[in-house]
Amino acid sequence: MKHEGLFTPYRIAEARIENRITRTLIFDAPMEGIQPGQYVMAWLPGCGEKPFSISGDEPLAITVADVGSFSHALTQLEQGDPVWIRGPFGVGFSLSGERHLLVGGGYGAAPLSLLARCAMEKGHTVAVALGAKTESDLMLVSIFRKMGCQVYLATEDGSVGVKGLVTGVLEKAFVEINPETLYACGPNPMLMRLARITREENLPVQLSFEALIRCGVGLCGSCELPEAVCLKLGIRPGFLICHDGPVVRV
Amino acid sequence: MANLEVDFLGMHLKNPFVLASGILGTSPSLMERCALEGAGGITSKSCGAEPRVGHANPVAIAWEGGVINAIGLTNPGAGEEVDLLRKTKKRLAAMHVPLFASIFAPTVTQFGEVARIIAEAEPDLIEVNISCPNVGSEFGTPFSASASSAAEVTREVRRSVGLPISIKLAPNVPNIVEIARAVAEEGADAITAVNTMPAMLIDAFAAAPVLKNRTGGLSGPALKPVALRCVAEIASRVKLPIIGTGGISSGVDAAEMIMAGATLVGVGSAVWRDGPAAFGRIGRDLSGFMDQERYNRIKAMRGKAIQ
Ligand SMILES: Cc1cc2nc3c(=O)[nH]c(=O)nc-3n(C[C@H](O)[C@H](O)[C@H](O)COP(=O)(O)OP(=O)(O)OC[C@H]3O[C@@H](n4cnc5c(N)ncnc54)[C@H](O)[C@@H]3O)c2cc1C
Ligand SMILES: Cc1cc2nc3c(=O)[nH]c(=O)nc-3n(C[C@H](O)[C@H](O)[C@H](O)COP(=O)(O)O)c2cc1C
Ligand code: FES
Repeated sequence: MKHEGLFTPYRIAEARIENRITRTLIFDAPMEGIQPGQYVMAWLPGCGEKPFSISGDEPLAITVADVGSFSHALTQLEQGDPVWIRGPFGVGFSLSGERHLLVGGGYGAAPLSLLARCAMEKGHTVAVALGAKTESDLMLVSIFRKMGCQVYLATEDGSVGVKGLVTGVLEKAFVEINPETLYACGPNPMLMRLARITREENLPVQLSFEALIRCGVGLCGSCELPEAVCLKLGIRPGFLICHDGPVVRV
Repeated sequence: MANLEVDFLGMHLKNPFVLASGILGTSPSLMERCALEGAGGITSKSCGAEPRVGHANPVAIAWEGGVINAIGLTNPGAGEEVDLLRKTKKRLAAMHVPLFASIFAPTVTQFGEVARIIAEAEPDLIEVNISCPNVGSEFGTPFSASASSAAEVTREVRRSVGLPISIKLAPNVPNIVEIARAVAEEGADAITAVNTMPAMLIDAFAAAPVLKNRTGGLSGPALKPVALRCVAEIASRVKLPIIGTGGISSGVDAAEMIMAGATLVGVGSAVWRDGPAAFGRIGRDLSGFMDQERYNRIKAMRGKAIQ
């Protein structure tokens, strides 16, 4: 029976382990009409409600890192358990050009895997640069490789790939791929570094930001990207992550 | 093209549309954005004496009838708010858009204190929110519930500041005219009608209320007929300008509100669908309606439906 309510209960078909703290919850039904980079609001009655990027649409999937009380509750769920979902929300990535460089930090790799799939289906060239603290924190590496993406890795301890931050592998990717657009999802400091680097390279960039999402419908103002950040990025102040984003086009 | 300009308490607004309190009124940049998108006036988010984080998620849900919210009066506290309002006022003044500063408090005395602090930012008006439905568990029955408590708050704020004041009323009272009359007698300059209607949404599959706060305030299209009734009743019996608020999301909605007797028109939930661009759209819509129906000025429509 199609649920006519506000949230749609999706049941977990599989909880795939991605790394030490991260699981991908693959649900039992698709979500139609989504754009990579958009997010859903996931509600567990009595526990809370938070935004998660969509990491798969057929069926719907979200990839959750266990960092606090709500994400912990989500990662403890098992096959058959329901999660109440509303969405998709926000403005996601849009492919521009035919050679793409995707840069992910942490669970940022998850929404990028959906974007990579869309680009590969069009026969485009896709390179993916992933960064993490150590090898066991990296995720989805084999999935990107299986899709046929060129993969660049960086770890802070040098356990695999280049030692250091993910920005350290970009130079090589720029030369080898000559990307027309860079797309990134990960911690805000990484995004700000990417904004600077791409400005120097004169490369169009789409960055997926995070903020405290409360209403999720562009009314409460809680998710505003700080004015100082907007000015640094060269976008108009008053940017709402939940409604105008989460993806910022610079 | 119809002329949308309006005079209100000695202010001149380029159109009657005012951003309602609690919608994007949290920072200078967001309020500036709404003004740039065409709002004729801006109301800031309600502010109290101390900082508040507000309620836990879910705090707002959009459904087919509109929005239900229990944000819980999130605000940075009056001290910080003054700086924020000063910055906002400067930016809005450059666009000739007045700033209305909304305040709330748990006691009559504190209403006076918050008003005095906020007055330092020199907003063009102080809107006194005595009608938030979402903090009952902490604050008790809203002051908007009776004529005597509404009058007490009005008297205290009137004593405390020289700026124009508008009292924001609740729709869920047996006799809103009696309350409007009482605040008018205590020296209110205007009335904002209405705040949200207390309501509840339940998810049958979860067998639970959707909002973490269990109940919230209903706004948007479902509230419009209630708001029109409140404004029409007040406008027929009380001689104060009204900021008519509730469910306005098109030019025709706005015309209805003005015909019910409103001088200005608050717009809140309509921002949900197209963001702050809603102001431009509703303004063009109203202007089109007026051209078609041959009203050259807003004043020509005011109160038409209650004559
Ligand atoms: C648009 C958007 C998309 C998002 N997509 C995803 C997603 O795909 N997967 C996902 O796991 N989360 C995602 N998030 C973050 C998610 O919504 C929650 O904020 C996160 O799960 C933490 O919630 P919590 O209640 O578990 O932890 P909280 O109790 O809120 O936080 C616990 C602690 O963890 C820290 N913390 C919060 N977030 C992070 C983080 N991202 N990394 C490391 N530490 C953190 C906090 O500072 C705090 O100290 C997204 C957020 C936004 C705004
Ligand atoms: C998310 C949200 C937050 C609100 N916060 C406040 C507030 O802080 N103070 C206040 O006086 N009214 C608040 N309101 C009520 C609105 O100002 C307005 O009176 C009501 O929503 C009806 O108008 P609308 O249908 O155009 O939204 C809030 C409404 C919403 C939807
Ligand atoms: S979360 Fe409320 S405006 Fe974005």
